[in-house]
Amino acid sequence: MTDTNKKGASARPVFDDDAPASAWTRWRDTEIWHSYSRSPVIVTASVVFVMLVLGALLAPLISPYTPFDPGSLNLMNGFTKPLSANEFTSDFFLLGADDQGRDIFSTILLGLRISLFVGISAVLFAMTLGVVLGLVSGYVGGWLDAVIMRIADIQMTFPSIMIAMLLYGIGKGLTPPDLRDEMAIWVLIFSIGLSEWVQFARTVRGATMVERKKEYVQACDLIGLSRWRIMFKHILPNVTGTVLVIATISLALAIIAEATLSFLGVGAPKTEPSLGTLINVGRQFILSGEWWILLFPSLTLLALALSVNLFGDWLRDALNPKLR
Amino acid sequence: MLAFIIRRIGQALVVLLAVGFVSFSMFKFMGDPLENLLGQEATMSDRAELAERLGLNDPIVVQYTRYLTRVLDGNLGISYRAGLPVGKIILERLPATLELAFLSGVLAIGVGITFGIYTAIHRDGIITNAIMTISLIGVSLPTFLIGVFLIWAFAVNLDWLPAFGRGPTGNFLGMELAIVTWGGFKSMILPAVTLGLYQMTLIMRLVRSEMQEVLRADFIRFARARGLSERAINFRHALKNTLVPVITVTGLQLGSIIAFAIITETVFQWPGVGLLFINAISFVDIPVMSAYLLLVGTIFVFINLIVDLLYFGIDPRLGPTGGEGRHRA
Repeated sequence: MTDTNKKGASARPVFDDDAPASAWTRWRDTEIWHSYSRSPVIVTASVVFVMLVLGALLAPLISPYTPFDPGSLNLMNGFTKPLSANEFTSDFFLLGADDQGRDIFSTILLGLRISLFVGISAVLFAMTLGVVLGLVSGYVGGWLDAVIMRIADIQMTFPSIMIAMLLYGIGKGLTPPDLRDEMAIWVLIFSIGLSEWVQFARTVRGATMVERKKEYVQACDLIGLSRWRIMFKHILPNVTGTVLVIATISLALAIIAEATLSFLGVGAPKTEPSLGTLINVGRQFILSGEWWILLFPSLTLLALALSVNLFGDWLRDALNPKLR
Repeated sequence: MLAFIIRRIGQALVVLLAVGFVSFSMFKFMGDPLENLLGQEATMSDRAELAERLGLNDPIVVQYTRYLTRVLDGNLGISYRAGLPVGKIILERLPATLELAFLSGVLAIGVGITFGIYTAIHRDGIITNAIMTISLIGVSLPTFLIGVFLIWAFAVNLDWLPAFGRGPTGNFLGMELAIVTWGGFKSMILPAVTLGLYQMTLIMRLVRSEMQEVLRADFIRFARARGLSERAINFRHALKNTLVPVITVTGLQLGSIIAFAIITETVFQWPGVGLLFINAISFVDIPVMSAYLLLVGTIFVFINLIVDLLYFGIDPRLGPTGGEGRHRA
């Protein structure tokens, strides 16, 4: 098989009408854009999400204090109320301060960073694993397919949050004791990611089995492309829509799973707190009346999870041709 | 039919063996038992001899079989942290989890089905809209946040119910249960609501959508034409046909209640097996972790098996190929 042969197969005449429309005007003409711009809920959700992501990315720049630098903390600031200045130090706190005098607004921004980092990395990990296994399972089939799908079945018998907890426990046991705090974030990513791959694998497998029977795949086979090339260069682009939907929904699940694990004390360490850790800290003060330590991190987590969830739901409907 | 049952039981056994293998591997590959047993001055030959004596050089299948016989004998090892047999600790704590799961299951099914029927019949009322909105919040809020805010509202602000702990227990059928005493029951309400809320909303939405679909069916229209009362139509005709999918989903959700009890028990410091498991993870107490895995794995496999068989029994149309489209928590 020579190069010229391959090119010849996809050559088609170029008409003048094809060229001019810019990417933006073409994008504005798509059904996705229409469905997006007509739903105020989804526009709000995506604006909230973008703001949260920006807040997390720019956290070191916008946060007014450095809450995890012990040298800059002043215990006198402890329990300052929101929107007020401390009566001793006259430091101002937008969302109040916790028992150690840490600014809640800054801890939320930094916590958001950890939550998003863990959530996104876990989903990327789950996606890579799930897509590869799903493609192989659906395209190659045979005993490989049977083994992968049986493992997926067994894993699906159990709720993913429980699997994540168990994996975290195993991961923690396998890391050397003196590295446990440093490695905690990576163990967390690994365990959440490994608890979410099944959805990707099952869906991609299903889509691959449909694609495999189509003519373009047979054509690829005929011109002698390798299995891997067909799987990753030709089938994969055709299943990305579904993968994208699952990824957004998984992101919401992963963020909540991370918050839950950290809240339970089996996730992000105290030195690098995520939103879940902050909520756990805040919980200790509800009996004594310092509500702001609990409320603001909880609201942030809620806004994050809800906006991703709404976006995922919308994306699923927008990409589903049956609902158009 | 028989072939299906046998195959389904075979699958359940395979899953159980896999779960058992995971908990066996946790023992095998995490931590070195020889390191703990041998003194500082042990030589390599001592080490090799001990490994031989403990059977650590045997093929993995032999070791696994030995582990399984040991587990079936009820010997689950000694907790690293408490220094007590794991089986004993778990048996002590199991009633607390089971009664909590039971109460929240009853709550989820009772309230879920009632609200589901109500919202299906009264399609656009104020109450229906209120219920649907609350259920949306119930689905999107993480369990632990619901728990924390229930504590904040009902224990801190209103001071109606205890914030944490199990309260006094009474002896019932040989088990120490909190549900039989008034104080214990009061401290169970908040955890049970927290644990059951998600399942409740799920069951409610399912009943609602199934019932709405059934109410549109032809046989309901004929029932109306025959002049039956609304009551008879709704409950004798519609509800009966709604219950098939509800039973299966509910059955599968019972398993998730046990798993989500881990979160609820930690929030409310409820002394059940879930709290035990979380503490075991924090302290890397491997025997407890692996025993919990075995316990919950067995419960899950049994629930799934029973639900699958029930499904087949209730709706023979599904036939032996039924079993796809499992739930996901």
